[in-house]
Amino acid sequence: MGPLVPDIVTDQLNLAIALLLGIAFGFVLEQAGFSSSRKLTGLFYGTDFTVLRVFFTAGVTAMSGVLLLSEFGLLDPELIYINPTFLQSAILGGAIMGVGFVLGGYCPGTSFCGLAVGRLDALSFAVGGALGIFAFGEGFPMYQDFYKAGAKGDLLVSTALGLSNGQFAAVMIVVAVAAFVFTSRLEKKVNPESGAFRFPVLRHRLAGAALIALALVLLFMPDRKARLTAEAAGPRAAETVRQMAPDELAIHVMDRDAKFQLVDAREATDFAKATLPGAVNVAPATLFGKEARNTLAGASVTKVFFARDQAASVRAAALAKLTGTENVVALAGGYDGFMAAVVNGGPAPDESTRTFRLRAGPEIVALIKQQSAPKVVKVVRRVQGGCGG
Amino acid sequence: MNPYLAGFLLGLVLLATIYISGRGLGASGAVKGVVTGAVMTVAPAHADKQPFYEAAKAHGNPLKDWLVFEVIGVLIGAFISGVMADRLKLMVEKGPRVASRTRLIAALAGGALFGFGAQFGRGCTSGAALSGMAVLSAGGILTMMAIFGSAYAVAFFLRRLWV
Repeated sequence: MGPLVPDIVTDQLNLAIALLLGIAFGFVLEQAGFSSSRKLTGLFYGTDFTVLRVFFTAGVTAMSGVLLLSEFGLLDPELIYINPTFLQSAILGGAIMGVGFVLGGYCPGTSFCGLAVGRLDALSFAVGGALGIFAFGEGFPMYQDFYKAGAKGDLLVSTALGLSNGQFAAVMIVVAVAAFVFTSRLEKKVNPESGAFRFPVLRHRLAGAALIALALVLLFMPDRKARLTAEAAGPRAAETVRQMAPDELAIHVMDRDAKFQLVDAREATDFAKATLPGAVNVAPATLFGKEARNTLAGASVTKVFFARDQAASVRAAALAKLTGTENVVALAGGYDGFMAAVVNGGPAPDESTRTFRLRAGPEIVALIKQQSAPKVVKVVRRVQGGCGG
Repeated sequence: MNPYLAGFLLGLVLLATIYISGRGLGASGAVKGVVTGAVMTVAPAHADKQPFYEAAKAHGNPLKDWLVFEVIGVLIGAFISGVMADRLKLMVEKGPRVASRTRLIAALAGGALFGFGAQFGRGCTSGAALSGMAVLSAGGILTMMAIFGSAYAVAFFLRRLWV
């Protein structure tokens, strides 16, 4: 499950990957013609909308990719860097950058492309960029408060607008396709040498149709968490979950059998008060994340899920199966049922069970008391990124 | 290259970046790393006093940064593309009505504004606008709209530079 940092891709390897991704980034930008300031500024005079085409296509491609990877459980959206939102600062910064764009003819990334192919104006722009950052740093105490005002954290635009992520992406795609059609017509009128005259019409129409189809898929794509949580609570999911009787679990616990891992699916507060020996805490909400996936990885160990009661235990086990955990069983009766039957000596079906529980009860109580600071699976910290850090 | 194909490939590069490194692409952040490194070398006492350099200093060496390595890659990648497309040439690119000197001064001033604004925007067109859009960041999309809105608003007054 992505992101591949920090467990699969280490910090050192990540820097080498940054270099490779940068090569691809620079190559594509230059191939798109972004080393030319006149081509870039053509966007603002109606003569060349290449920037809009490249930028919007890249944006909706990456956005749709992130949503689809998350939907299929291949990327943990809780871990990727989300540019934090500071309202006033974001708007003022953008407004200043806009003036810099027209005046300077580049943005920082494209100025590096221009520089790489020998454009001296790009070199001048890049030097100016360093001076601007230095000036900002020197004056920082003056506008520090403004810089930090209007903090909204990791706010998603979809949340701000009251839409699902898929709905917002669908809107963006439709807007992009409409902008592509409109600006190509405009460009042909303004610029008789426009590249738009040479576009392969049929292929572009097919690509446009594919984009609209993608928008429809995203529009009706349910949220993965909501979809799987509902499915786990349904009768079909419950039927497929194998259950383990409390007495069987008691034997494995007393044997300290390493082939069994107890998983406490109650909330962290209940878990902190008391749990069964050796249990880890994986609350259902964390099952979607990479941390839980790593903790519960492997098919050789049987994961025994328990929550407060029978129904919640089965639901948690079903959700674990749906989110990709292998070899899952649910503890019949849940935590409360286990405590009542085995530990507190509830009514036994037969004499041998009664004798067993009389022996097992005190031993398990002792094991519960022995354990110190059991493991909680939390949502781990997001990746640090962005240019502001 | 066809701009839509270039955009699709750029989107895939960005998606790969998010999948592998959990973060977006950037450009201005690398310059910030270089500036911070320079200030720390030239005037270490001053760098200690200024809160702006704190975050970059916390990582230890501001040059051993993901974005610095990425931007070195950008220079290499763009150079390779320039060689392939036969676009390598030392020149000042400018509009037909301005002198090279004017163009270079305007580029310096524009770069300075962009670098300054990118600090408020917490990223530039790459780090805030494009990468922010990919992860649906409200701030990133707001910054993107402000960049292009402001550019269109001033384009008329700066037309002498370009047309």
